[in-house]
Amino acid sequence: MFEITYLLFFLVASLLITVCLGGYMAKVFNYQPTLLTPIFEPIEKLSLYITGIQSTGSQHWKQYAFDFLLFNLVCGFVTFLILSFQHLLPLNPLHLAGMEPWQAFNTICSFVTNTNWQSYSGEVALSNFSQIAGITFMMIVGAVSGLAVCVGFLRGLTNRHSGNSGLGHFYQDFLKSLLYVFLPLLLVGSLFFISQGVPQTLQQQVSVTALEGAPQNIAFGPVASLLTIKQLGTNGGGFFNANSAHPFENPNPLTNFIEILMELAIPMGLVYMFGVWLKNRMQGWVIWGAMMAVFLSFLWMGNAFEQAGNPILSHLPSISVGIDQQSSSLQSGGNMEGKEVRFGVLPSMLFTVATTGTSTGAVNNMHDSLTPIGGLVPLADMMLNIIFGGVGVGLMGFLLYGIIAVFLTGLMVGRTPEIFGKKIEKPEIILASIAILLHPLLILVPTAIATMNDFGLSSLNNLGPHGLSEILYAYTSAAANNGSAFAGLNANTPWYNISLGIVILLGRYISIIALLAIAGSLLSKTKMEPGPGTLPTNTLLFGGVWLGVILIVGALTFVPVLVLGPLADQLAMLNGTLF
Amino acid sequence: MQNPVESIESFTVQRNDRKHKPAMSNQSLILQQALTGMFTKLDPRLMIKNPVMFVVEIGFLLTLVMSFQPQIFGPTLVTQSYVVGVMVILFVTLLFANFAEAYAEGRGKAQADSLKKTRSTTQARLILADGTEKLVGASDLRAGNIVRVTMGEIIPSDGEVMEGIASADESAITGESAPVIKEPGTDMASSVTGGTKVLSDYLLIKITSNPGESFLDKMVALVEGAKRQKTPNEIALTVLLAALTLVFLMVCVTLVFYAGYSKSPLDTATLIALLVCLIPTTIGALLSAIGIAGMDRVSRFNVIAMSGKAVEASGDIGVLILDKTGTITLGNRLASEFIPVAGKTVDQLARMAACSSLDDTTPEGKSIVELAKRLGVTDLNNPANTTSVEFSAETRSSGVDWEDGTRVRKGAMDAIKRFILDQGWQWSSEAQELAEQVARQGGTPLVVACNTEVYGVIHLKDIIKPGMAERFAQMRTMGIKTIMCTGDNPITAEVIAREAGVDDFVAEAKPEDKIALIKKYQSQGLLVAMTGDGTNDAPALAQADVGLAMNSGTQAAKEAANMIDLDSDPSKLIDVVSIGKQLLITRGALTTFSVANDIAKYFAIIPAIFIVAIPAMKAFDIMGLGSADNAILSALIFNAVIIPLLIPLALKGVQFKPMSANQLLTRNILIYGLGGIIAPFIGIKAISLALNLFGL
Repeated sequence: MFEITYLLFFLVASLLITVCLGGYMAKVFNYQPTLLTPIFEPIEKLSLYITGIQSTGSQHWKQYAFDFLLFNLVCGFVTFLILSFQHLLPLNPLHLAGMEPWQAFNTICSFVTNTNWQSYSGEVALSNFSQIAGITFMMIVGAVSGLAVCVGFLRGLTNRHSGNSGLGHFYQDFLKSLLYVFLPLLLVGSLFFISQGVPQTLQQQVSVTALEGAPQNIAFGPVASLLTIKQLGTNGGGFFNANSAHPFENPNPLTNFIEILMELAIPMGLVYMFGVWLKNRMQGWVIWGAMMAVFLSFLWMGNAFEQAGNPILSHLPSISVGIDQQSSSLQSGGNMEGKEVRFGVLPSMLFTVATTGTSTGAVNNMHDSLTPIGGLVPLADMMLNIIFGGVGVGLMGFLLYGIIAVFLTGLMVGRTPEIFGKKIEKPEIILASIAILLHPLLILVPTAIATMNDFGLSSLNNLGPHGLSEILYAYTSAAANNGSAFAGLNANTPWYNISLGIVILLGRYISIIALLAIAGSLLSKTKMEPGPGTLPTNTLLFGGVWLGVILIVGALTFVPVLVLGPLADQLAMLNGTLF
Repeated sequence: MQNPVESIESFTVQRNDRKHKPAMSNQSLILQQALTGMFTKLDPRLMIKNPVMFVVEIGFLLTLVMSFQPQIFGPTLVTQSYVVGVMVILFVTLLFANFAEAYAEGRGKAQADSLKKTRSTTQARLILADGTEKLVGASDLRAGNIVRVTMGEIIPSDGEVMEGIASADESAITGESAPVIKEPGTDMASSVTGGTKVLSDYLLIKITSNPGESFLDKMVALVEGAKRQKTPNEIALTVLLAALTLVFLMVCVTLVFYAGYSKSPLDTATLIALLVCLIPTTIGALLSAIGIAGMDRVSRFNVIAMSGKAVEASGDIGVLILDKTGTITLGNRLASEFIPVAGKTVDQLARMAACSSLDDTTPEGKSIVELAKRLGVTDLNNPANTTSVEFSAETRSSGVDWEDGTRVRKGAMDAIKRFILDQGWQWSSEAQELAEQVARQGGTPLVVACNTEVYGVIHLKDIIKPGMAERFAQMRTMGIKTIMCTGDNPITAEVIAREAGVDDFVAEAKPEDKIALIKKYQSQGLLVAMTGDGTNDAPALAQADVGLAMNSGTQAAKEAANMIDLDSDPSKLIDVVSIGKQLLITRGALTTFSVANDIAKYFAIIPAIFIVAIPAMKAFDIMGLGSADNAILSALIFNAVIIPLLIPLALKGVQFKPMSANQLLTRNILIYGLGGIIAPFIGIKAISLALNLFGL
């Protein structure tokens, strides 16, 4: 009963957010006035005036992509300096040393790309200045950049600027994303978290005497503000190493619920905004429905296996130790290893599915401790990387599969394939192929290299299929710009810092550039009016086809490695062996 | 040989005058050529154009080496006979793919051969600058040369008639055996085609094409597929298939490492088998055959497509611009009703009208006599010594003058009015009203008068070709807008348009109106198709995305168009659209089928590969294939035999019924998508059982 009520609340809240935020963003990025325009327009105009940016011009996709890259590069470089020289900078009461160059490289790659993979523990490696001016700043840059490029991409796809070959203006989109979308939500979100007991202070730690009488230093700092952008921007890099499992970063079931919704808010809203822009709301809902269908399937699968618990502990004959894992009024039951008692199984799994689907990467439970199939869920979620997906890039990825789906099946209506009224031809297919090839390339190849070499294997805590899952998880998380860690893998080695850093960069920028190029290319084509002879992409049927292509093209790629990793792991567990 | 009309059954217009249909004896020749081509196409230089099959060929070569040196790529546990088995299946897969392409090409070649026969070593009489004649080979002629062709000779190359009037037999090109008159100065009759024959008199012809560029050369090259270029969609699909191949290559190569880590080493032959199963070999093998067969289907309709691109584009057509006359209507107005004035009976009017038309050989005149006969007016005879008065532009009427001075006339209302008034009689307003009434209904009124007396009005009506209304309805369900172009006044045009069921019409259309119309729809993002035959149609034909020129048309029209209809039947444009759609659907259906097959193959192969190291993998062997070798060989054999099984479908095209895109997608997804998922489960299991029977 709890499960159903909980999910019902979740669905209703999701729908509300989708429509409200989506409708709002559709106006903001279409330069229409909103309630907040009187407040932010002066700031917006002033910023554009000071920087001297010609906001009126619409940029060709190449210029748009160039500005995006340049801006990210400059921000990344500044942050690299902040992290490396934090011992010379203020707000460092614990006198922490500067970060090692390779770790700093890995960190900026990770944060500028909205990945937030952390090979360090925030509370012991970073000063407050680094957390605020470095990490939180980069979190905002990464997320806001992602939203801006998605807006540019959707503008190209929906012909917002009719008769113009431009996607809009990157800096203007960035500014609008920041001022109109992120700033108000961050403000409200932070205040909410503070009200729930999340710390927000410049003090870095407090010393207390614990119950047993021993002195203890409890770390805190400006948590609430970082937590808000971490969730809302699908960043995921925690203030604490324990991330959203830490009581200061996720104090109660309500904050847990809100954190989940915050991860999904902008990605969901963008889907709705796309429908509005396309003047075809049904299209938006078909995409939303397809994403939600996979989301709920993953959740069901993960929840079922977690709730079933570990057979070795309870009901496997001959080796069972007779532990009760049944859900009852006394306990939530199931596999509680690595989970917080204050959340239980379903809220933990909902967080897991949301965080890996949206490329957030925050965790409220330890994914390494999930049952093997429970652990397969976040892996598969990241391999697809489009179940709502990261801010901006998720929808872009889903639409990429839409292009492939239209191309493979669209011929079957007797016309050369077209999506949203635009013909898909060789240039688009080449670009889409690059983006499609990229994901398996970045996941399978480095994982294979790591499994064959000591520099890869020596970081493993576990052997056998579980060890394979750990390495696979790391590269999947990096390629998907997710940033969550499976744990069990010591990633702070030169090999992992460098290889994961590179995977993160390629995973982010190549696919974004390819998709912006597709948008630019589609924009230059004449839009065909839809009619009875054109392939309808806003139907339940095409939604199914879309999912089918995602599962066949996107997922079959990873079947063999998943068989050798989590599936072999599960089979072994059923036979009484754990790794 | 299957009749191409059958493959689009719903279009019931049966053409019994199929031309260029390869004779049955050609069948064995085609087969023979295909069997040869099957091996010659193994050449890697040809194979690399098809990335999917190229990967299969490399796999074949590797297993070939391993068949002799099993240990060459490291120690292996599998038996030599297993490696040989994989090698043989891969070889057969390649042969099947090549056979599909060679067979499709062969059918085109057989058709081209009958054309080639006409392109024999023709001699031409070249007129030199000094006026003397010189015998040269047809291949030495250049554009601008002037030749003389006399009775019984073959016209050496395409050209324009400069001088002379002659009848020509164009059956080599059109299949139409009735001779046509060729003379200079006229739009259509002045152009001659190389390979056709002068039957009488002589012609002086100015050659307009260089060797290898003539219409016949182009036609032979096109149907032979020698110059076949991949169409844009085919290229894009090849790119995507190559990308999928690369993805699966990555999957298989990295799997070696994961298997090594899992202490379950993979055998190279098995790995190659897995790769070949996963890459889209079915569509890779049939892709070019589908394209060739599509072009072939067009030419079997006696339409020559100048490029595959045009055929592909015809599937995308959103607007069809059709000329009224000859396309929608039979081309001539026919009598449909006699409307007498007060005081005259239908019988009287019919008799008078028929009498005036007995010597009239125009279709209108004949139809008047016929209608009268149908109404029971039989003993039609003009008195002796009747003089017939031919229609002239001046009088705009025709009729007969009897010996007794009686003058019977039928003609346009104004003409008859003048005829009556000239005789000093009053013009009855009743006839005028009747005539206007007919005009309002979209008909053409002919007023019939005898001496000073008006008998009534003949209602001449455009007769819509049978079946056109149904076809336009089908077009509408396919989302294609049909627009009728006519020089008629808006009232007439509207009536015909309504009766034929076209979506829109343009009345009093001038040739330049067509271009404006095409541009208007193109700016809305619609692809436009049209037909034309005159020189003034040429710009519009060039502007249209699909321009179908009539073979009877001028050289300029034919050059501007991207398709030429040898039968000069403009309504074939509708068939061409269907063929284009069918081609695309076939390509999409087989691609979907091919990719969907992968699910079952995974279920067959993955458990088989790891079952030794991880016995619990048996849980995934849902097909119950038993041994690993059996499972892998079954999947690989299925992968090979599905190709020849689908060759007929690739050549014939999947069945196409006009329906909305959504209905089409639903239907085809169910058949080829869902079918593509389910079929291999059944097929692989069946092959596995068969292999068991042979103790494998």
